[in-house]
Amino acid sequence: MSEFPEEPPGPRRVVGTPSPAPRSVDAPAGPEEPPFSAEPSMAEHAKNAERIVAALFILAFLAGCGFIAAYVGLEVGQATLPKGANAVVAALRSNVALGSSLAVALLALGTGSMIWVRHLTPNIEIEEERHDMPSAPADRAAFQRTFAEGAAISQITKRPLVRRTMLLATAPLALAPLVLLRDLGPLPQTDLRHTVWRKGLRAVTLGGLRPLTLADISTPGSLITVIPEGYQDDQDALAKAGVILIKFEPGQLNVPTRVVGGVTVSTQNWTLENTLVAYSKICTHVGCPVALYEQTTHHILCPCHQSTFDASTGATVIFGPAPRPLPQLPLALDSSGYIVAASDFTQPVGPSFWERG
Amino acid sequence: VSSIIARRRHPAAGYAALAGGLVAVGVGYTALTGGFASASAPAQSTTQTAAGHSLFIATCASCHGLDAQGTSVAPSLIGAGAAAVDFQMSTGRMPAKELGAENDRKPTDFTPSQIYAIASYISSLGGGPAVPDASQVSTSGANTALGEELYSGNCAACHGFAGAGGALTYGKTAPSLNASTPTQIYEAMLTGPEAMPVFGDGTITPAEKKDIIAYITDTRSEANPGGFSLGRTGTVTEGLLAWLGGLGFLILVAMWLTAKRRDPIIHAGEEQL
Repeated sequence: MSEFPEEPPGPRRVVGTPSPAPRSVDAPAGPEEPPFSAEPSMAEHAKNAERIVAALFILAFLAGCGFIAAYVGLEVGQATLPKGANAVVAALRSNVALGSSLAVALLALGTGSMIWVRHLTPNIEIEEERHDMPSAPADRAAFQRTFAEGAAISQITKRPLVRRTMLLATAPLALAPLVLLRDLGPLPQTDLRHTVWRKGLRAVTLGGLRPLTLADISTPGSLITVIPEGYQDDQDALAKAGVILIKFEPGQLNVPTRVVGGVTVSTQNWTLENTLVAYSKICTHVGCPVALYEQTTHHILCPCHQSTFDASTGATVIFGPAPRPLPQLPLALDSSGYIVAASDFTQPVGPSFWERG
Repeated sequence: VSSIIARRRHPAAGYAALAGGLVAVGVGYTALTGGFASASAPAQSTTQTAAGHSLFIATCASCHGLDAQGTSVAPSLIGAGAAAVDFQMSTGRMPAKELGAENDRKPTDFTPSQIYAIASYISSLGGGPAVPDASQVSTSGANTALGEELYSGNCAACHGFAGAGGALTYGKTAPSLNASTPTQIYEAMLTGPEAMPVFGDGTITPAEKKDIIAYITDTRSEANPGGFSLGRTGTVTEGLLAWLGGLGFLILVAMWLTAKRRDPIIHAGEEQL
């Protein structure tokens, strides 16, 4: 008793169990135990608990029946619905009915079980000793004997030709998984460094697929997402080639110089009329599309991790985890006056990778 | 308070504290996300410039200057255009309650004809986009699918995939579009109010603007196959519900499962003692 000081004082009794008193599992069969009797108040408590448990189980039964009824009764899918019915609304009703009936059934079953355990069963602590780790000596000797007999019967020690050719036969199969690793490739080669943008390729609006003139995007504060013309259905290309065009008031845009191929160039020459600039729409952190542009502050915000770029200074990072500015796309005008790329991006777009440097 | 202290060891105190915390967070969150009444767009007219000027002097000039030339606290409105005036005033953003980086939507105190009178005056100062008429914002025959593509590419980054709004930098927010009228959506694209960029007719054509409006207004009446929209803000409310609602419920269940039983424990083999 004294080793369990947290136990409240008072007579031992177990709620809601009929006499005789419960017998623990590994207690040695002792002499006849004194008959057990619960206090009347506790018996009343157990009776209540029993009723609650039964009510919960009946609720679980009804909810389970409701689940089956909902599955059978509620039609989903345009083919089986009556004419004019909304498939989304039908799916909504079915989802809510199935989900709530199943939730009620499982919750009532679980709650009932817990109340059963906590209020009806006696509160017995059971100790179970662990087995010894080693097997009994007799078992080990028997195993060794069987193993040696099997080896002798198979003749694997007597016939080295069979043994060695068998090992030879399994060697290629063991190596096969290593060979299959090749399918992780091929390496992307230069794909990570280039997009489909090239000199003279027109920028067209996303969705509308219209090329743009300077007059189309003349209002300061304008922003538009553009893609390379002809690549609207090439998702691999679009994944890297998305570009945002941003129009500034004269004098607001001051992009810095950049080192391209060992030569310092003024990327101001990559803008049009010193007021229209193009940046990659792919965040340099983990590649989310960045298009939250505030024309008042010139911030471009990435919604994923709050990297913030200043569009007026070459999309330099002013906040957040992005390690480098958004790459700037050199712009030019073609002979028809449409906005085109002057070249591909001069640096890889999107997140960093090992060999990027 | 003393009664609370006296009962802090009560078996239900842990549940009560946890439930109280969850309720407080839930109520606080709800208080931060309110709805706003819709404002109606004014009808077009061209003969109210003089009336608009006197209204401007009375209600706008203290910040924007007597000739709408702008002051140190408010921008010039010359060339802002009628569409900008109608957007700002019909959504209740102007006149501003206080000076700040952005103004929230609120019920307007002005009638559509008063707003249009001021718009007419600002328009007379020179240039700027006009208020779109009913046929320009009508969505009949609009291509909602193209509208979805345009919305996803150009609007969803800030306003969310279903127009529920979202956060910008340094405490600014992109407002919910649920209360916006088609005219207000059109005007916002045309004029780029506050931090919003301009989507002029050169980059998004009038027909494409209709498509976007059709997508935004159609989305409002879409059913939610999952049962609950959770404000359609996506990950924020879903995460909030999962962490506070789901995890909170699991914690309560775990507390209940592991709570100490009231009746004494019988230790195996001790009955005979």
